[in-house]
Amino acid sequence: MNWFVEILKAIGLAALLFTFLAVVAAMFGVLLERKIGGWIQSRLGPKHVGPQGLFQTLADTVKLLQKEHITPYAADPAIFNTAPLIVATAGLMDWVVIPFGTIGTLVLVVRDLNIGVLFFSAMASMTVVGILAGGWASNNKYSMLGALRSASQMISYELPLATALIAVAMEAGTLSTVGIVRAQAGWLGSFVVRQFPAFVIFMIAATAEVNRVPFDLPEAESELVAGYFSEYTGMRFALFQLGEYAEMFAMAAMATTLFLGGWKGPVLPPLIWFLIKMYLVVFFLMWMRWTYPRFRLDQLLNLSWKLLLPAGLLWILITGYRLTN
Amino acid sequence: MLLLDWLYVGVFVVVGLAMAALPLAIVWALAPRAALPQKRMTYESGVVPFGQAWAQFNVRYYLFSLVFVIFDVEVIYLYSWAIVFKQIGRFAFFEMVIFLVILLLGLAYAWRKGALEWA
Repeated sequence: MNWFVEILKAIGLAALLFTFLAVVAAMFGVLLERKIGGWIQSRLGPKHVGPQGLFQTLADTVKLLQKEHITPYAADPAIFNTAPLIVATAGLMDWVVIPFGTIGTLVLVVRDLNIGVLFFSAMASMTVVGILAGGWASNNKYSMLGALRSASQMISYELPLATALIAVAMEAGTLSTVGIVRAQAGWLGSFVVRQFPAFVIFMIAATAEVNRVPFDLPEAESELVAGYFSEYTGMRFALFQLGEYAEMFAMAAMATTLFLGGWKGPVLPPLIWFLIKMYLVVFFLMWMRWTYPRFRLDQLLNLSWKLLLPAGLLWILITGYRLTN
Repeated sequence: MLLLDWLYVGVFVVVGLAMAALPLAIVWALAPRAALPQKRMTYESGVVPFGQAWAQFNVRYYLFSLVFVIFDVEVIYLYSWAIVFKQIGRFAFFEMVIFLVILLLGLAYAWRKGALEWA
């Protein structure tokens, strides 16, 4: 076996994917979000840099690259400095198992792990480590509260998310993401139809996992002044944003893979279908952000523990009954 | 093949950290460094910070994480069951019904005991 070539291939793929995330998910994701926000609120959104404000976030990035890094005296410097790296890397790791499409018989996926779905859920929850580390190390009361809220929220919604993933795995009979896409045939065979309750649970839990409105208590601008990243300046702040957007796009890509039939579709090439479906989910998430008010912490925890988790477990039972009888 | 999969995962971790550190290196080279003492004070809405943030906080957070650990471990068993239960058939289903009922009883217990209340 030629290990050296494989390692080079892996490095190339990782660099490519990271660049893709930084440009498509973070830069143009933020721009898309601001444009959609403007559209929903009858504003114009960014408009001055480049045609229709297309280079706005590019200019922002160049600006952030020239900004000073400030580490507060009170902070724990080692943990404070590594936290953004953890969040950004966790955002990348989700994408290892996401199949983008096919070219002939070749499936465009970094690695089709046999535990794909479990791997995804493990990597998605790595973010909480970075957030908790950053919030704690800042030694700022707002950050601390934001980090604690974020941790309790993310662990609470991980369980409903897992129940949705398990229901899908039961139906498909595999944890491999490519296998799950293959198990969905045609529009009626896609799991959004056969596993509709799981889809609803997945979408709610995914929104909460990526800390987006209506579940954005950890950042709550109006009370916690950005929560866990209050103390972060310049590029470190941008890394948190990158991780967050990479995570959001990963959740959308996973919803596409698990429920919407992944790359499958008529006429257009598979990769295009995958992107169309993924962007529809991303649009849905952004639409929610500009439409709903924020939850209160007790409402948020009740929704997860008292409604979504029992519902998810019951749905596993129903799916099991249906498949064995 | 399996080993190769995890080689990729390992390389992704390393490259991810390196790529994330790259912009920080650019900042290190480009950005000014003029850290006035006031700049490095902890932000607290403009007033001089009062005490530390590393103080006591609500014990509720701990209770939720405890319940989470219990359920998360149980969910791991469900994953391995989910992919093989079709081959084993009805027996596996009823086994898991018993397991899930115990799980739901646990949830009901935590609920009844008020571990899921935030107040």
